[in-house]
Amino acid sequence: MKTLVKNGKAYIDGKFTSVNILIEDDKIIKIAPKFTAEADQTIDAKGCHIFPGFVDLHAHLRDPGQTYKEDIISGTRSAAKGGFTTVCTMPNTEPVIDNIAAVEYVQRRAKDLGSCKVHVIGAITKKLEGAEISEMATMKNGGIVAVSDDGKCVQNARLMLSCMKYASNFNIPVIIHPEDYNMAGKGQIHGGRVASQLGFSGIPALAEEIIIARDIMLAENSKCQLHVAHISSAKALKLVKEAKDDGLPVTCEVTPHHLVLNEDACLTFDTNTKMKPPLRAEKDRQALVTALREGLIDCVATDHAPHADFEKEREFDHAPFGIIGFETAFPVLYTELVLKDQLSLERLVEVMSLAPAKLLHLGDKSLAEGNAADLVIVDLKAKTEVLPETTLSKSKNSPWMGKTLQSSIKHTICGGRITWEA
Amino acid sequence: MDTTPQFLGRNVFDLDDYSAEEILYILEAAKGMKEINLREYKKIPTLRGKTICTLFVENSTRTRMSFELAASRLSADVVSFQASVSALQKGESLQDTVYTLDAMGIDLYCIRHSSPGSPQLVHKYSGKPVINGGDGRHAHPTQALLDIFSIWEKLGSLDGLKVTIVGDILNSRVVRSNLIGMKKLGAQVTVCGPKTLMPGSMEEIYGCRVEYDLKTALSDADVVMGLRMQLERQTEGLFPSLEEYSKHYVLSKDTIQWAKHDALIMHPGPMNRGIEILPEIADGTQSIIVEQVANGVAIRMALMFLILGGKA
Ligand SMILES: [Zn+2]
Repeated sequence: MKTLVKNGKAYIDGKFTSVNILIEDDKIIKIAPKFTAEADQTIDAKGCHIFPGFVDLHAHLRDPGQTYKEDIISGTRSAAKGGFTTVCTMPNTEPVIDNIAAVEYVQRRAKDLGSCKVHVIGAITKKLEGAEISEMATMKNGGIVAVSDDGKCVQNARLMLSCMKYASNFNIPVIIHPEDYNMAGKGQIHGGRVASQLGFSGIPALAEEIIIARDIMLAENSKCQLHVAHISSAKALKLVKEAKDDGLPVTCEVTPHHLVLNEDACLTFDTNTKMKPPLRAEKDRQALVTALREGLIDCVATDHAPHADFEKEREFDHAPFGIIGFETAFPVLYTELVLKDQLSLERLVEVMSLAPAKLLHLGDKSLAEGNAADLVIVDLKAKTEVLPETTLSKSKNSPWMGKTLQSSIKHTICGGRITWEA
Repeated sequence: MDTTPQFLGRNVFDLDDYSAEEILYILEAAKGMKEINLREYKKIPTLRGKTICTLFVENSTRTRMSFELAASRLSADVVSFQASVSALQKGESLQDTVYTLDAMGIDLYCIRHSSPGSPQLVHKYSGKPVINGGDGRHAHPTQALLDIFSIWEKLGSLDGLKVTIVGDILNSRVVRSNLIGMKKLGAQVTVCGPKTLMPGSMEEIYGCRVEYDLKTALSDADVVMGLRMQLERQTEGLFPSLEEYSKHYVLSKDTIQWAKHDALIMHPGPMNRGIEILPEIADGTQSIIVEQVANGVAIRMALMFLILGGKA
């Protein structure tokens, strides 16, 4: 089976080049300007850009256990529609992915029914209870790419040190959701100006920063690869910068919503502005954009967190935290950052594809002969209308619902297979 | 005033949606309503045939009674729905509850709820006007209006007045609404309390003055308002004891002399006599605390009347 993608501008070696790309089965076999070849199908990418398939290090597919919110089929279809060809799933399902059988369940379902490649992230502690180390070495042998208690945070520093030592023993990266429970309290939104105004209990940035500071110290002690999930405050960035300057193996990711929205979004009481960590102050948001541009932040991750309408459509205090993110990630960042000259298109593509893949050692994802045919074709001049009817995720909890964004994902090709076609 | 302010069908989520002119118009209307309350036959037929629902998802007998009395004095029918937050958590959602109530033909909702933003939800689900009777720590516009009315009635205007509010600012929806309303009418407001009970960014949000020392805060005040100090803040680790709180922030004969000699003394209730305010002050000649309660009915009558387009 051969597919020819012609007339597109492809992202190769850090710049855009007009080339044709020939795919045979699951591999790219030829990249060159203006050649013709026999193919079973041809995609005309005239006027479009071709990027390496997007890679998401942080997503919740809710399968097993909460499949009314999302499952592996709907979640990976949603990912494909957003241009993702690789997604890493967080283990906070029901039951928790804290053992090899659970890992294999997700892998098998994804392989049989998925619309993108799925890598499993295992739990740091059994049942995410923050009490005992999970069988992470066995899960590593079974193919997990990292461990995380995401959604939860190991509060016991002594145990966390032990988890990180154990993880480093088996070369397993540790991803943290930094949240000091006591400091976060019953907070609903960022503990800042808007929380004061609306009378909400706040989640201070300190809740995040204290754990990041702690875990950087633990990473130094344990020689563990540490990745900070969804970093959200200016001070947290300073902590990561210091760690990087010290040569520690510390990285971090940022979500599209933390890059584009701030605490003011909560003034509408829209429960789709409620997430953890919360949308922070404008100065934090600006610091995140700068850090992403300058390379302090390593990559973008969606933290795709589906919740059903009946869960989100209620009093703000009682709604769950989190929003979906696959289908809006690129269009939101292109519209709000690239078109506003805050970030180059090249950097955006890099932090959504090659950088995250490198970070979790997922292999070379660049557009090159011999590499897997994972790519996304995007029309930057077209628009994306975000509507519940056309959203492929089972859940519709997005602050961009009803909005029109610039750029449109035309085709997603994963392992040589067309997984999304607009 | 160039044009008569339009109130028909409007929500009262908070006072930020209302201009100074509109607030003054409401005060004038409340003055008229207060006269009705002083009559022997305290009822007018203006809202006959209208149905007002009090939807209280957080207990407050005082406020609910005030709303219901206001509605019945205007001859509206009253539907009263009360539920605990836990019941609404387990069973029917707020959305279902409003759909059910709406099927009964409600014209106006008065809601009290522990969650900020709930009045907006009730309006979203019902499409009917909603008066916020207190949503969490966020807003309590009818209380603020009655506080403002009480001062306005006594002193004629709020313009240039120095108002000092003392106590648990962090947990007070009354303060937040008062800060918005009083500022619009030209008052200079100072909030005072221990740092642990003071939200951040108050100056930036409300243009008020923040003081942690009672003497400084009270100096030269025309109006002094105390707030209820709740024992549970002690277990939340926000202050050590009511005794120590009282020692530093109580409104007493001794401390009140730092304010102007004829300063008005107010309290939104319910009071902890002996904790945040001493009886000598609460029941003294400068106190207008009892009148505040009476004015609450008049303010709520005025709002219902204006929103439902009652005929004068
Ligand atoms: Zn998380």
